[in-house]
Amino acid sequence: MLSSNNRKEGIRMDGLTVKKISKTYDGKKYALRDVTLSFPEKGILAIIGRNGAGKTTLIRILSTELMPTKGSAMINGIDVIADPVKARNLMAIVPQEARAIPWMNPRQQVLSYLLYRGFPYNEASSRASAALKSLGLEENAKKLSRMLSGGTKRKILVATVLASEAKIIFLDEPTTGLDPISRKELWELLNKLKNDYLIVLTTHYLEEAEYLADKIVIIEDGRLVAEGSMEELRKRAGQEYSVRVMDATNIKLPKGVRASKIEKGYQILTNQKEAFALSNMLMKKKMKFSTNPVSLEDLFYYFAKRSINEDTEESGEGEWH
Amino acid sequence: MALKQRSVFSQILASVLVNAIYAMQNYPIMFINTLLSPISILIVIVFVSHGALIGIGIEGALIMTAVMSGVSIQGDLSHLKNDLKLQDMVVTSPTSAPVYVAGMGLSEIVFSIPVLILLTILAAIYIHPTAIQALTIIAVMALMFLFSTALGFFLSTLTTDVLQSWGFSGIVTVLLSTIPPVYYPITYIPLPFRYIAYISPTTYAAQIAQASMNYIAIDPIALFVDWVIVILVCIVLLVVGYRKARWREP
Ligand SMILES: Nc1ncnc2c1ncn2[C@@H]1O[C@H](COP(=O)(O)OP(=O)(O)O)[C@@H](O)[C@H]1O
Ligand SMILES: [Mg+2]
Repeated sequence: MLSSNNRKEGIRMDGLTVKKISKTYDGKKYALRDVTLSFPEKGILAIIGRNGAGKTTLIRILSTELMPTKGSAMINGIDVIADPVKARNLMAIVPQEARAIPWMNPRQQVLSYLLYRGFPYNEASSRASAALKSLGLEENAKKLSRMLSGGTKRKILVATVLASEAKIIFLDEPTTGLDPISRKELWELLNKLKNDYLIVLTTHYLEEAEYLADKIVIIEDGRLVAEGSMEELRKRAGQEYSVRVMDATNIKLPKGVRASKIEKGYQILTNQKEAFALSNMLMKKKMKFSTNPVSLEDLFYYFAKRSINEDTEESGEGEWH
Repeated sequence: MALKQRSVFSQILASVLVNAIYAMQNYPIMFINTLLSPISILIVIVFVSHGALIGIGIEGALIMTAVMSGVSIQGDLSHLKNDLKLQDMVVTSPTSAPVYVAGMGLSEIVFSIPVLILLTILAAIYIHPTAIQALTIIAVMALMFLFSTALGFFLSTLTTDVLQSWGFSGIVTVLLSTIPPVYYPITYIPLPFRYIAYISPTTYAAQIAQASMNYIAIDPIALFVDWVIVILVCIVLLVVGYRKARWREP
């Protein structure tokens, strides 16, 4: 009965299916609103959004730490909301603010986590050694965590979950606060794991999502505003070029061209022809601007930021000066 | 690769390692700390009573060690949950809440082993309990341990940071250990104030232990009531701790 329903509604039995998840902590303000998405059994799903967008809330619901107010979520055919005990056998998380335990060394950290997963001591012990070795952490394996660098500590937490048997891994902002080199190292590691794991990660580093993700989900103020691969997002936006004007004074835009507010000015996503014409006009006006192929950052602004088109449209008569 | 049989023993061992063995291994100073508090109160009681209360004092220290293990579990769990996010990692793992708490409870006992050994030696020298009397004291200690562990777990799930947790444990410590007459007979407290002491379950536990060694005289019905109260409080807290505990947050 259930499975035939599922088939009818196109819910996949493998991978992740999230349907209309909403969450309010206080009964008034919604941290998530009707989030629906799906993702196959393997690969990296990146959830991007500003601070407070709802990324952690979503990841905590999917990892059975938090009850949603409404909605359902299935992972590999298991109902995460109704049957958390079963789901927990398959998954592991590194929470946003998790820290390596300061009075333990990396080996003890990994080993104790494997014991929590229920491995017999001997197996846990050999798995811990193997995991530390494969991540190049063995020279630090016996140093107390509080003596290690921030990047190494983060890597240890990732190593901790990867040493386990779980194939569904949640990483909440795994690279926040890391130096660029440690970040790249972690990226290389995650890239290698893509084919064997379902990794759900959140980040506010857009280049991270662009580099790693098979699918990107953009969340803004609790709502899913866009989802897809980079290519799909570009297609959805229908834009190839981004013109960013670093000047707050209004310019007149042709009808149908949308501008969005960005930090110190605004941004126009458009096709090649219009982008070049616009660039010429801005050059003549001696305004500060840049023209680039559309990046995830541009797409993020495109999907997430409220359009200020209404403001410019009134004055814009299709004449570029 | 697939794990056929998950070992609950491993899951309990994990908490004992994290919260007791590795902590003591790497921070030996914590050892001294656990010894200090019950022993120093015992010494004060013995001096002030010119040695008369040494038996009751040792019993009191044993009961307080059991109670304080439960109180420290609250601080430890809160630290592991709020600062280190270990609990979130364990929630999203095959370890269940009761197994996690049982392991943490056991870790507190392991932590108390030095002080328990010392007090057992003192008890053998100064109070010579019979087997029945020893079992009575152990039973009371076990009940107090279960009660305070369940209370500690319950409170830890309500806290969102460690400062808040310190606030809770301060209040709990006063209620369970400062107010009640654990190291001396309740009759030492003048009457109107005596009723305040009856708020705390440790008062009844101490009374049972003191009566069992004939340090105080108490009629059988009152003793029975003491047992009922101690057992009831323990069961209620275990049920509340189990049911209200926020493993998955609402
Ligand atoms: N435990 C909580 N209680 C109340 N509000 C919360 C709680 N956790 C998060 N929020 C609120 O929910 C919203 C989304 O937060 P969060 O999911 O942490 O966002 P992100 O991870 O994208 O930064 C924010 O407005 C935040 O203040
Ligand atoms: Mg977050």
